[in-house]
Amino acid sequence: MTMKHIITLNPDAAQAFEAGTGCGECPTSCQSACKTSCTVGNQVCIREEEKK
Amino acid sequence: MVYTYEMHGLKLALDVESGALHVLDEPSYAALQLLASAECKDAEKQILEKFGEQSTKQVFSEISELQKKGLLFSGKMPISSISDGVVKALCIHLAHDCNLRCGYCFAGSGNYGGVRGLMPLYTAKRSVDFLLENSGKRRHCEIDFFGGEPLLNFDVLRETVAYGKKRAEELDKVLKFTVTTNALALTEKVRDYLNSEQISVVLSLDGRRDVHDRMRRLPGGGPSYDAVLSNCKEMVAGRNGENYYLRGTYTRHNRDFTEDVLSMLDEGFDQISLEPAVLTPDKQESLREEDLQELFAQYERLVDVLWQRELNGKRANFFHFELDLKHGPCAKKRVSGCGAGEAYLAVAPDGRLYPCHQFVGEEDFYAGHVSSGIIKDRLNRFYGLDTENKTVCGSCFARFFCGGGCHASAWIINHDLLEPYSLGCALHRKRVECGLYLQARRMLHQLGSE
Repeated sequence: MTMKHIITLNPDAAQAFEAGTGCGECPTSCQSACKTSCTVGNQVCIREEEKK
Repeated sequence: MVYTYEMHGLKLALDVESGALHVLDEPSYAALQLLASAECKDAEKQILEKFGEQSTKQVFSEISELQKKGLLFSGKMPISSISDGVVKALCIHLAHDCNLRCGYCFAGSGNYGGVRGLMPLYTAKRSVDFLLENSGKRRHCEIDFFGGEPLLNFDVLRETVAYGKKRAEELDKVLKFTVTTNALALTEKVRDYLNSEQISVVLSLDGRRDVHDRMRRLPGGGPSYDAVLSNCKEMVAGRNGENYYLRGTYTRHNRDFTEDVLSMLDEGFDQISLEPAVLTPDKQESLREEDLQELFAQYERLVDVLWQRELNGKRANFFHFELDLKHGPCAKKRVSGCGAGEAYLAVAPDGRLYPCHQFVGEEDFYAGHVSSGIIKDRLNRFYGLDTENKTVCGSCFARFFCGGGCHASAWIINHDLLEPYSLGCALHRKRVECGLYLQARRMLHQLGSE
């Protein structure tokens, strides 16, 4: 969404953020540095993955 | 909460609660900075004085429109984390032994302070059953083979994968396997097997030769870089550059870690992760508060290097910068990052269960056995460790990209599961800033706005 002063890069963000049901099918994140610390920001919703 | 910052000439605002990311010009950046500040009472007046009537009207009108759409200053909503008592990921310690003696190893060079040894096949199979039996209705489950060095027990790994796949199929579940390895034992036979079974690999290499060899030594003290690099290259080539991560660790000795990422890129790898070592302050290699500005500058340099490479057609993924702004996990998932002690457990070679691999061998955290099951009382302290219950997370802009940090780090550094490791938080916030910046650059590029 592009306006004169502000460009919103992900206007559907709020929708996507709230839509999830918490099905728990996404990978379990491990934030330990001795593995590859997978934070929730690195993950995608598995339902969205399956749609691709 | 709105978080504004500037990086490499790009002015950005993150609406924390909705996850909306905005690119700003000078007047809108100034306005949002003022509006986001609790002390400022006359933002509009200040903007008017600096940018004139027309710009001020437009900026505040746009802000108001975004506010109505829930994309700026969106309200805090109560979110409960996913906590239903099922286990869906297991870290199987196939080996409490290692063919390296790394200087920063949290596992005491592989034996976790105990006896060196390998997991018997019976225990590994029982671990698979334990996971599937405790995963409830979850269809997707994960097993990570870990150690020590898990490939020292390759035959058991192979048998366990075969058994796991068979059992998962019978139960209509999907088991994903990953092996975290130092790559020394990646022979052609092992590589071919891991490729044919499509097992994800996390390969440990620290970057430059001298950096790697300083910490990652053979038991006799010799260097490991050449063998590891060669095996990693073969491994990655054999899977067409897919389904792998090359991961390294940086310490106080290589605070210029961008050079290590560049070294990995120069060697042809493009799926890279470099992690800050988590060590108690008494260790010479441990990162310190006074190192932070230097480390922040390195991350900012790294993201710029990666973006410039990408513009030249040489895209590489640096794991921590790869944030998905459009299809990320739902809010319920975002409030609790670390699954330790809940959805994620670790099993030692003797079948004993612990909240995660970092707690293995800590008898205070012993939580049952794969044969007799979980002792629920032993895991009570891990329930509800989400951002809603961690005081410091409440005011952190990065909380929905983090989920509250690593429980083990919180324990190792603070002896308090509710108090995240502050230095790790600071680094994570900077990585989120860089990750958002990179995504913004990519999106703007796609839009043709730059």
